[in-house]
Amino acid sequence: MSTEIENQILELQKKVGKLEKGTKDQLSMVVFSGDLDKILAAMIIATGAVAYDMKVKLFFTFWAISSLRDPKKNVSGKNFISKMFGVMLPKGRNKIKLSKMNMGGMGTAMIKGLMKKHNVASLDDMFKIAGELGVEINICEMSMNLMGFKAEEMIDYPHMNICGVATFLADASESKVQLFI
Amino acid sequence: MTTEELKKVTANHIVDARGTACPGPLLAAKKAIGDIESGEILEILSSDEGTKHDIPRWCEKMEHDFLGILEEDSYSRLFLKKA
Repeated sequence: MSTEIENQILELQKKVGKLEKGTKDQLSMVVFSGDLDKILAAMIIATGAVAYDMKVKLFFTFWAISSLRDPKKNVSGKNFISKMFGVMLPKGRNKIKLSKMNMGGMGTAMIKGLMKKHNVASLDDMFKIAGELGVEINICEMSMNLMGFKAEEMIDYPHMNICGVATFLADASESKVQLFI
Repeated sequence: MTTEELKKVTANHIVDARGTACPGPLLAAKKAIGDIESGEILEILSSDEGTKHDIPRWCEKMEHDFLGILEEDSYSRLFLKKA
């Protein structure tokens, strides 16, 4: 009888251990779009989640990586196509455009004006706050290479890593909230 | 708490988040809550309408005791007791 109880306890301990390792108070977000509105939404949700005591991990991939480029940094040694991509894609978060109603840049300028009027933090502020709050930014290495970007031309951000899809999946599988923007 | 009771409450710490939009007041509250002790009262000043929904929900999750809201002309005063 006592061994039976012991076995049951052991089994319960195993199950509790699994639960503990399971989902954390964590937000994992794929930031895919490189549009101003969507990056802004991603950053607002990310910083808000920190206030909710959640750990936040952002996985920047594809078009979103443009928003992480540092306009002051130039790297050499790129081939022709990479250089072309570099010229055609926005260089940094202050060059990205609205996904709708851009109207040749007029819409984007208007939204930036409205954001100021309504006291919405600018992207510059959002990235600064996110850095202070410990929001992690992971850059997808594959799409970075695909677009011909180099790690050296990314912004200085305190919690930034270059990684692959496995890192995102590992983070996402232990996160209570997962989003794709 | 009733409005009358709230009016008598003196906060241990007041954080002024007026003039910031979402998630400004929430981040201000999160920062300020670290500066007070358990059982002490935090007052948040906010001119952002959404904050009135956000802070009570945030308190639920963080297990702080949300005491209520006092409306002023152009802003709200939100009170909570730290868990």
